[in-house]
Amino acid sequence: MTKPAEIRVPANEITVATRSDASVAVVGSPNTGKSTLFNRLTGLKQRIGNYPGVTVERHVGTLTADGRSIELVDLPGTHSLSAHSLEERTAVDVIFGRMQGTPSPDGILAVLDATNLYQGLFLVQQLTELELPMVVALTMTDAAEQGGITVDTAELSAMLGVPVYPVVATTGAGLEMLRMALANIRDITPPRRMRVWPELVEAAKELAQHALEPLRFAEVERLLIDGPTEANEAVVAKLGDDAVARIDATRRALFEDEPPIARDARIRYAWVRDVLDKVQKTAPVYVTWRSRITDFVNRPVPGTMGLFVVMAIVFQAVFAWATPLMDVIDGATSALSAGVFEALGDNAFSSLLADGVIAGVGSVVIFLPQILILFVFIIVLEDSGYLARAAYLMDRTMRSVGLSGQSIIPMISSFACAVPGIMATRVIPNRRDRIATILAAPFMTCSARLPVYALLIAAFVPATSVGFLNLQGLVLFGLYLFGIVMGILTALVMRKTALRGPKPPFALMLPEFRRPNLQTVGIQLLGRATVFLRRAGTVIFAVTVIVWALLYFPRADDIPAGVDDNMAAAIQMEQSWLGRAGKVVEPAFEPLGWDWKVSSAVIASFPAREVVVAVLGTVYAVGDEADEGTLAGRLKSATRPDGSPVFTLPMVIGLLIFYALCLQCAATIAIIRRETNTWRWPIFAWTYMTVLGYVGALIAFQVGSA
Amino acid sequence: MAINGNTLATLKRGEKGVIRAVETQDPHVQRLMVLGLVEGAEVEHTSSAIGGDPLEFRLFGKGISLRQEHARFFHVALVGAGD
Repeated sequence: MTKPAEIRVPANEITVATRSDASVAVVGSPNTGKSTLFNRLTGLKQRIGNYPGVTVERHVGTLTADGRSIELVDLPGTHSLSAHSLEERTAVDVIFGRMQGTPSPDGILAVLDATNLYQGLFLVQQLTELELPMVVALTMTDAAEQGGITVDTAELSAMLGVPVYPVVATTGAGLEMLRMALANIRDITPPRRMRVWPELVEAAKELAQHALEPLRFAEVERLLIDGPTEANEAVVAKLGDDAVARIDATRRALFEDEPPIARDARIRYAWVRDVLDKVQKTAPVYVTWRSRITDFVNRPVPGTMGLFVVMAIVFQAVFAWATPLMDVIDGATSALSAGVFEALGDNAFSSLLADGVIAGVGSVVIFLPQILILFVFIIVLEDSGYLARAAYLMDRTMRSVGLSGQSIIPMISSFACAVPGIMATRVIPNRRDRIATILAAPFMTCSARLPVYALLIAAFVPATSVGFLNLQGLVLFGLYLFGIVMGILTALVMRKTALRGPKPPFALMLPEFRRPNLQTVGIQLLGRATVFLRRAGTVIFAVTVIVWALLYFPRADDIPAGVDDNMAAAIQMEQSWLGRAGKVVEPAFEPLGWDWKVSSAVIASFPAREVVVAVLGTVYAVGDEADEGTLAGRLKSATRPDGSPVFTLPMVIGLLIFYALCLQCAATIAIIRRETNTWRWPIFAWTYMTVLGYVGALIAFQVGSA
Repeated sequence: MAINGNTLATLKRGEKGVIRAVETQDPHVQRLMVLGLVEGAEVEHTSSAIGGDPLEFRLFGKGISLRQEHARFFHVALVGAGD
């Protein structure tokens, strides 16, 4: 028996092939210019994803310098290592290496805003206790200089025990030194512990004595401040038997009646003030454009008026600027479809290609102009610091309906599309508050409702003048208002029932206005557009293809020879699965005054409401009605078998109400599921809004026809 | 300067004060302490929204906003009229 020769390699000579030489967590308080710096350091070499199980975005990029490749993880901004919101919790979990799928960081890049050392040092001091190699990037040094603030970098570095690199992320000054330091971060000695809070250190030492496994000291200290929670249960387990009781006793002895978070803030901020006295000098400031703008918006009335002007501009831009682009896309899709039929003839394959795939892609792309314009505005407003002020100005109004000022941005975004609106609720720290906002958002008149409204209003509302206003415009405005009122009522009712709880908190940093950074805006726009296409685009596309199949199959085989295309299409429609479904559900919609044709168009539009226009176009393209030219005209002349008109005024009002209230959007349902992490809320929202729509249409038709 | 019943809620626009005592029981108040509103910090009342709520203060050069209902837990000593 021969045994294969054993190959022995000393353990220290085995190198595991990894793509990067070290992983560095980029940590900082919100609004420190952290993302701008991250973009500067990694350029386009970054990937955006999600952390597992939560809806927090994960930004990872690669920095190459000094022959090394370093992985940078841009964490959500946090004020402290005691997490307050989901985003802060994510940041803290990554820092402590307990985020699944993200390696424990080998080092920390702390981003410190030179204009806000006070809050920044509170966090940075906590970071020095992690016993990890650390580098501080001092950002906004140009703004600090303009503001009369000078920082003694050498003294700051000495007091923190870590290298401090001043940088100007917008111009790139100082970045080369920082790059070199990050490339060699493994060579940096972790900072020595400062004597900021000796009692906590002693208590943690004693607690950790009986630990079953090696653990990180900083985690034990943080455990003493936060108490045992779901986030730190792994640390509690390592501390051994009866750990919870011992933690409890230690905390009681340490804090007595004082809330630990309050003690944490008092002790560390006292240290920060000492440091500031030594490293920071402030000179009197001159009046700048920034302080002029700030002073103007600080007055309650001009500030609020300014907010309305900004909102009006955003609205105007989203609707007016996008229209020409949308027309071009619409024209291109139609031309392409026609071209397919011309080239391939009329068969199942060409129909799938033209009416399914091309129409599907077209119905996704047509949203892009509005969505991108909306995103540009939101990112610019966010980056310039204005969004925080909007939340501040609207807080009192929003509070009267049980929400906080932070709900205003999701609501405004939802006028373009509920999907980005619901994604924007991530900034709301309180879960009840956030879900109430998510449930209110789909009531806002989104751009997919517009074609439906436009069709019905053009057909049935006379274009007469009411004073200096147009009746058609007035009805459209009324529908917008109706959506807002119903959304707000929903939030109010939810906050009083299922989502009852303490009033949403409101503590907000109001950053100064600053010029948005072009690179940041570009990278963020790209990221958000990608996310929108992935989340909403795939759903809308799938829906269009499915509706196509339901309309195309089964094939009608008794189309008489000699009928025109419109007639043939209508006969096919009646034969199709969708047409049959319309006839099956007709009795349910009869009380609303709908015939089987309207019923099947409504069914088809449940996954995507804008589909109704196309289906109505097919179903009413028949016989005498086809002679009436436009779809609006054909709807007007549509009759029941007994000769009475289908589209009476009460029925049309009911239909408008139905479309205003129903959650006919698979993409929104999918995004609610994703953002709430449960099926409960999307199912509730769908049921609630459908019942509301049905009852609304029922009342309108029955009362109107009586 | 002694505590004379002034709180962040009673500061007038342009007035400055140093926080002397914080009633810490409310979790929202603790959150505000994490943001730096602790004893020894100097704040200036810079604005309020329509209706006088919420309030905005300047804290070490940065704006921070909070509601009336929480502002009254922060006792301050006035440091002269604003200039």
